[in-house]
Amino acid sequence: MSKATEIVTPGTAAHSDDHEHHDHIPKGITRWLFTTNHKDIGTLYLWFAFIMFLVGGAMAMVIRAELFQPGLQIVEPNFFNQMTTVHGLIMVFGAVMPAFTGLANWLIPMMIGAPDMALPRMNNWSFWILPGAFLILLSSLFMEGGGPAFGWTFYAPLSTTYSGDSTALFVFSVHIMGISSIMGAINVIVTIFNMRAPGMTWMKMPLFVWTWLITAFLLIAVMPVLAGAVTMVLTDKFFGTSFFDAAGGGDPVMFQHIFWFFGHPEVYIMILPAFGIISQIVPTFSRKQLFGYASMVYATASIALLSFVVWAHHMFTTGMPVYMEMFFMFATMLISVPTGVKVFNWVATMWRGSLSFEMPMMFAIAFIVLFTIGGLSGLMLAITPVDFQYHDTYFVVAHFHYVLVTGAVFSIMAAVYYWLPKWTGKMYDNTLAKWHFWCSLVSVNVLFFPMHFVGLAGMPRRIPDYALQFADFNKWISLGGFAFGLSQLIFLALLIKACRKQGEPVSSQVWEGAEGLEWEIPSPAPYHTFETPPVVK
Amino acid sequence: MTQTNANNKLVIKLVFIVFGMFGFGFALVPLYDVFCDIAGINGKTENSAAIYESVEIDESREVTVEFITRTNTGMPWEFRAETKRIKVHPGELNTVSFYVRNPASSNIVAQAIPSVSPGTAAIYLNKTECFCFNQQPLTAGAEAYMPMQFYVDPQLPEDITYFTLQYTLYDVTARASDLTTNPNPFMVPQPESGK
Repeated sequence: MSKATEIVTPGTAAHSDDHEHHDHIPKGITRWLFTTNHKDIGTLYLWFAFIMFLVGGAMAMVIRAELFQPGLQIVEPNFFNQMTTVHGLIMVFGAVMPAFTGLANWLIPMMIGAPDMALPRMNNWSFWILPGAFLILLSSLFMEGGGPAFGWTFYAPLSTTYSGDSTALFVFSVHIMGISSIMGAINVIVTIFNMRAPGMTWMKMPLFVWTWLITAFLLIAVMPVLAGAVTMVLTDKFFGTSFFDAAGGGDPVMFQHIFWFFGHPEVYIMILPAFGIISQIVPTFSRKQLFGYASMVYATASIALLSFVVWAHHMFTTGMPVYMEMFFMFATMLISVPTGVKVFNWVATMWRGSLSFEMPMMFAIAFIVLFTIGGLSGLMLAITPVDFQYHDTYFVVAHFHYVLVTGAVFSIMAAVYYWLPKWTGKMYDNTLAKWHFWCSLVSVNVLFFPMHFVGLAGMPRRIPDYALQFADFNKWISLGGFAFGLSQLIFLALLIKACRKQGEPVSSQVWEGAEGLEWEIPSPAPYHTFETPPVVK
Repeated sequence: MTQTNANNKLVIKLVFIVFGMFGFGFALVPLYDVFCDIAGINGKTENSAAIYESVEIDESREVTVEFITRTNTGMPWEFRAETKRIKVHPGELNTVSFYVRNPASSNIVAQAIPSVSPGTAAIYLNKTECFCFNQQPLTAGAEAYMPMQFYVDPQLPEDITYFTLQYTLYDVTARASDLTTNPNPFMVPQPESGK
């Protein structure tokens, strides 16, 4: 990003009597129910995502408790399957995606010098239908026969022929989540297209804005396909259609093609905003410009485009002809080129920078190292011949948790530590933050690293029992899991403290090396910002 | 206001993309079949009879065709291939027979779905006659020998010397036409049971 800092900000004069004038904040519950303020909605999204993270995490604790020892101890296999399914759904659609949408709401208007999101009323709706969706999904767990137990990927015929009646609730909740994400994505696109401050040209936009713009296009392209897939499951199960039923001329393998046509872009939806966050944080604490800004933009766009032609690498074992396996293998490996560009650029940004290691930077560095591990195991999985061994083992579980937990989730935590002082006006409790970081870092690796080994040794995923030789590793994995779960309670304590506005007041720039429009407005960010657009020179 | 107008225009375009992609999800269903058909990769054989005329028999090659049968979950029929394995010259017309029996106490209509492995061989398997082209009804306790007449296209790639044709029988009684008006032509005549 070129120097976007020389700005005129008439709308955010820091005089307190001026605040009185336009910072009229409504009180009580109706403030949150009826709010159209991007900051309020961002806060709602972030808290919702964190609560869902704890709920989905509690389900992961059930899974790890059952897998602590071989044999069946704590839960019935059917309930175990419900836990793996709903854990996945909640973490993907309830935690990671809403957290990124929350960050987008808070930050994009402040970063591009806009007073709010372009469609504030729709913004309110896109948040407030989410709790309903998850209430439906969670309530299905209490139905007779239990909730969805077919894995978050809901492969037919598991979800059509062999599922319970609660499948209808699952389908409707996914519909609502999809509508919410699509509305959020439309809002982001319209805001970025139409509401940039004068002088904020495309190639001056902060990378978080760029990555979110590309993510939003991915969302509107593939969430409707997911909606179509769940609709087909619904009609196959309840209305006698045969999209996936061979007896009626359908094809169950086609389900996997449709699902992964959505599913692979979906994994980039969950990681591109993370790339944006890391690209904001690393330059700040390296006190250097980001290395290769333009190449970052092009790399993000190429990853997004390539994500549409790699989906069948999830399906190597379905009996594809060799030439198709070759195509999907090489297309997948091609993605490591733009991803490599990104990792290279972050490292090059740090190279000979004057580094300091505040908490956002610690999480960002942890992200770069651990996400790269996840990326490399992904490269292994892309190799068709060996994928036949890795398929449906814990190696896959290790891979996607490295990219989603130490990738996406760590980036969200980095983002929260980075921008929290701007939101609250107070520095977070650094002691708690250090405890949170180191406990999380150690436990997350104890939790996920041994999964590589048990996976390579052949332990299948999504099964509540396992062969005796995996017992020791699983004990370690479970202990790591419990420790990681408990570590997040430290984060909860830190966030509650921060929301109570405890801590040292911070300057408007907060971090010495921080650059960008959001660091020009006072801390805490006033309720209304940039009502008169700043001029970016 | 121009800002609102610009926003509305963009929103309309984006909503258009959303509905387009929703439609595309459903369009993938026929596209999938078309694509598999063109590329010949899904192991699906033609669902209509091939015509056997002026096919040259390639005496120099022999291909082994294996027949596997299975019934879908909940389908009570007995189902087996009378010929498990047959060696054929490409271009040669052969007939094999499949045995079915309905041990259930109710009338059942079945549909057989073929699948060829390796999938690339599917388009070279030409059936001139097959029980899988139609639904097969059987009254309770009845049995039938169902024929399938086929030839292997001489264009079959040299590297394929062995392939498997699998039939899965599905119970389609719920959506089948009335089976009293449509008796099974291959049914073994049954002795009248005293009533």
